[in-house]
Amino acid sequence: MINKLLGGLVPFLAALVAFAFGAIMLIALGANPFEGLEAIFDGAFGSGERLAATAVKATPLILVGAGITIAFRTNVVNIGGESQIIGGALLSTVVALGLPDLPAFLLVPLVIIAGAIGGGILGAIPGALKAYASVNEILSTIMLNLMMVQFMNYLLRGPLIDPYELEAGTRIPQTERLSDNAALPTIVEGTRFHLGVLIAVAAAIVAYIILWRTPVGFRLRAVGHSPKAAKAAGINVKRNITLALAISGSLAGIAGAILVFGSEGQRMVTDGSAAGFTSSAGFNGIVAALFGGLHPLWTVPSAFLFGALLTGATQLQRVLQVPSSLAVALNGIIVIFVISSSRVRTWLQTTLGNTNLFSKEEEEEEEEINSTTEVTT
Amino acid sequence: MNDFFTSGVLVATAASAIRLATPYLLASLGETIGQRSGVLNLGVDGVMLLSAFFSYWTVLQTGNLWLAVVVALAVGVIMGVLYGIITVFFEATQGISGIGIFIFGLGFSDLMFRQQVGTPKPVQRLPNVDIPVLADIPYIGEPLFQRSLLTYLAFALVPLTFLLLNKTTFGLNIRSVGENPQAADSLGVSVERTRFAAILIGNTLAGLAGAALVLQLGIFQPNLTQGMGFIAVALVYFGAWRPLGVMGGALLYGLVNATVLQWKSLGIIPVSISDLAGMAPAIVTIGALILLARRVNAPAALTKPFSRH
Amino acid sequence: MRKKLRLISSLIAVLGVLALGATACGSDDSSGGGGGALTMAIVAPSASDDLAFSQSMVDSVNALDRDITVQVTDGTFIVEDAAAAIRGYAEDGVDVVIAHGTQFGASLAEIAPDFPDTTFVWGTATDTQGLDNVFAYAPAADEGGYVNGVVAAAISSTGIIGVVGPVEAGDAVSYINGFTTAAEAGGATVNVTYTGSFGDVALAAEAAEAHLANNADVLTGTAQMVVGAVGVASDAGVPWFGTQSNQTSLDPDLVVASQVYHWEFALEEMLELRDNGTKGGQTFEINLENGGLVIEFNDGFELSDDVKAAADAAIAGIIDGSIDTGA
Repeated sequence: MINKLLGGLVPFLAALVAFAFGAIMLIALGANPFEGLEAIFDGAFGSGERLAATAVKATPLILVGAGITIAFRTNVVNIGGESQIIGGALLSTVVALGLPDLPAFLLVPLVIIAGAIGGGILGAIPGALKAYASVNEILSTIMLNLMMVQFMNYLLRGPLIDPYELEAGTRIPQTERLSDNAALPTIVEGTRFHLGVLIAVAAAIVAYIILWRTPVGFRLRAVGHSPKAAKAAGINVKRNITLALAISGSLAGIAGAILVFGSEGQRMVTDGSAAGFTSSAGFNGIVAALFGGLHPLWTVPSAFLFGALLTGATQLQRVLQVPSSLAVALNGIIVIFVISSSRVRTWLQTTLGNTNLFSKEEEEEEEEINSTTEVTT
Repeated sequence: MNDFFTSGVLVATAASAIRLATPYLLASLGETIGQRSGVLNLGVDGVMLLSAFFSYWTVLQTGNLWLAVVVALAVGVIMGVLYGIITVFFEATQGISGIGIFIFGLGFSDLMFRQQVGTPKPVQRLPNVDIPVLADIPYIGEPLFQRSLLTYLAFALVPLTFLLLNKTTFGLNIRSVGENPQAADSLGVSVERTRFAAILIGNTLAGLAGAALVLQLGIFQPNLTQGMGFIAVALVYFGAWRPLGVMGGALLYGLVNATVLQWKSLGIIPVSISDLAGMAPAIVTIGALILLARRVNAPAALTKPFSRH
Repeated sequence: MRKKLRLISSLIAVLGVLALGATACGSDDSSGGGGGALTMAIVAPSASDDLAFSQSMVDSVNALDRDITVQVTDGTFIVEDAAAAIRGYAEDGVDVVIAHGTQFGASLAEIAPDFPDTTFVWGTATDTQGLDNVFAYAPAADEGGYVNGVVAAAISSTGIIGVVGPVEAGDAVSYINGFTTAAEAGGATVNVTYTGSFGDVALAAEAAEAHLANNADVLTGTAQMVVGAVGVASDAGVPWFGTQSNQTSLDPDLVVASQVYHWEFALEEMLELRDNGTKGGQTFEINLENGGLVIEFNDGFELSDDVKAAADAAIAGIIDGSIDTGA
């Protein structure tokens, strides 16, 4: 009982403390903290349309997060989500530019596949570099993030720029409006809830099936658990490391395609930075994946809640006229507190809880999970 | 191209490379020490942003550059204590908690800047200090020995970090808790205390890196670092957890950046491909690593929280 | 499984706190639409006091000679966030929503038709995308660039001028092209560096250092990261030319002149049209002729009468059309 109580109470308290910090910051800025909370809640869930906006915001987080789980289960770190999103977006944009007259039932799947391929390539590169050239994937993914921003800027202000922009002399670095046949159809009329959200959820389920229901996933997890043992069992470790990052990247690449073809603008545009296009989904997806316990299916609700915080934050600034950076700082605090609280809970549970409340079975499961999360991070 | 190979331009390029390398070097050395103890810190960028803002603010308020450095150190220590508590005592997942610190630093430094400063105001910059005699050596005197004290400190920390890690008991403890915390623990080394100390040093150096950056520029802007802290983490892998290798990485990265800017200025790189040229530092860094083909294993216990049960 | 449940439960807890807070304070009071005064909102991509693009609009709205209330959402460099803010203001019933970023245009095309009573003001842009409740605005940045270039070439003794730009796009290109045309006509060599980033101050500073190493003795640049380059110019005692906002505060001794965007001239006309029932559909350019672009000289930097006269001649020539800025 105490265990269960603490299990819910401690993260709740952690969140409360995090929000207390947020409240203090709001008060320091001369704003009413309750109005702030209301704004966040209202912005994220206030109406059907906002709920849909939250789901749309969560979409890239689900995809990146599901990809992160695959990579981390194979014991490779993927912080190249930003570059993979951009890679997927660019390739799918090129496809839509090249085949604008294809009917929607062909073009929509095609741009999604193109996104997966683009992201997959950007994932396979650090994977192959790690497997065959001993280049650590943290280094290569960080470097690829930097490279892809410049490459995107080059393409969007150069070869792929909307010809009209050159004509008018405005030279906005964006493509022309892409074929409507490639637009992701809206599912719920009157909101922005489009096919991309469903694709993301489906992708998370597929990621789950791959990991736990197929030989491919078994091999990936075996490599993640112990490369030595996997090798002894005849598994090609190098190929699987490459594969893991390629799958992870292709999911992020789909997110890139969805960002283009599910956007209000139906075109790719850059403000010169990666975050301007990706909304930092490449990083926030990692947070979503880890909040979801590195399980593809749990990534879905986790991404949705994280997406709610992000959409709510926009409303916070608009309603209370406080800088948007407050919401960013608050997000950081929430991540720190909630991630720290799991240890406090275990500690409280073992000291306060009677040992016989902690059944042997549970303990074993606990250990198993701890060991897997340890290797995976 | 001939314009580039004149002594004046080469000297300026080298000086630029060293200026650019300084913040990376400080942050990477700190991250190296932390990682050798088994702790990954992805929050370097956040710490750099916080210390950069607060040291900038200190100069703005007091005009005292050294007080600003002290403030940056203090910010580093505070963030170190925080990260130590999170990772060592709460055993939080290191990757995610680092990202949490990064997000917090990004938001909070921005918030404080808007509330306390608003419009970017220039402050005095860290002066260059000539080292007697050496500063007068032709060609290398200017880039190497007419720099700021923080740059000298950054490079002096390379051998010092090496000595700390390899020639002291504390360094031995750091390495042992990074390789095999269970064994270290059984030999009576406090894993918690050692890691905490390593984290503290690492974050303090990240704090110093933020000060070096902002005091070199004399101005602050939201997200001043533009992801420098992440590059600093990458350079630790480039340097294979060795101070000298990390220095090589920081210098290489700075040099490619400086050369690209110089070539852009000289028109060697045409405007039409300026962004493609902007990819060069990252490409060269990866390429150099492939050519070096060093197969060095990471500290075995890197990112693994230690608990005694 | 338990562990996953817990982490998820933590997040649910977070949202629980939110929900609690929301219900605790109860009723929904929408802002905007306050009696009488015109309500305006600005959505801007960078900080509203960035001494550059965003600040130029905030300053301009504050300079409007009208009874207005203004709300600002700044730092929305993420297009989708900006779109949410634009839509939010329109939902709140704000009369005039300024989408101050070229990149917001595509989103605006989706949003504007949903709010026919709201006037959207969008720029920098040269057309309204066929929407009759959108006004577009653009600066003829090349004009000020040209005037700055005339002065820069005149005061340079090495005959080499360095330019620090962000990404080769948008009004940065037209400013730099106008500047280059004039400076080269004045006999100077112009070295242009696009650093590849709007935010990287350190890179902008080193780009300026590179220009100095190549004997540049006058510098200019555009976008918010140039504050780093101005610092380098200050240290080297090299004159600087600004654009977008008045940058004299960055160095009161060495900033020669700034091309300042006074959007209020275009905004006044838009608001008048709105008063008379026209909600949009027109495009405005601010330029030297209509007073939307002003070259603000810094009195702290002494210019010879000849140079002043040359600058005035350039302004006059651009206004009467006898000078082609080459942009």
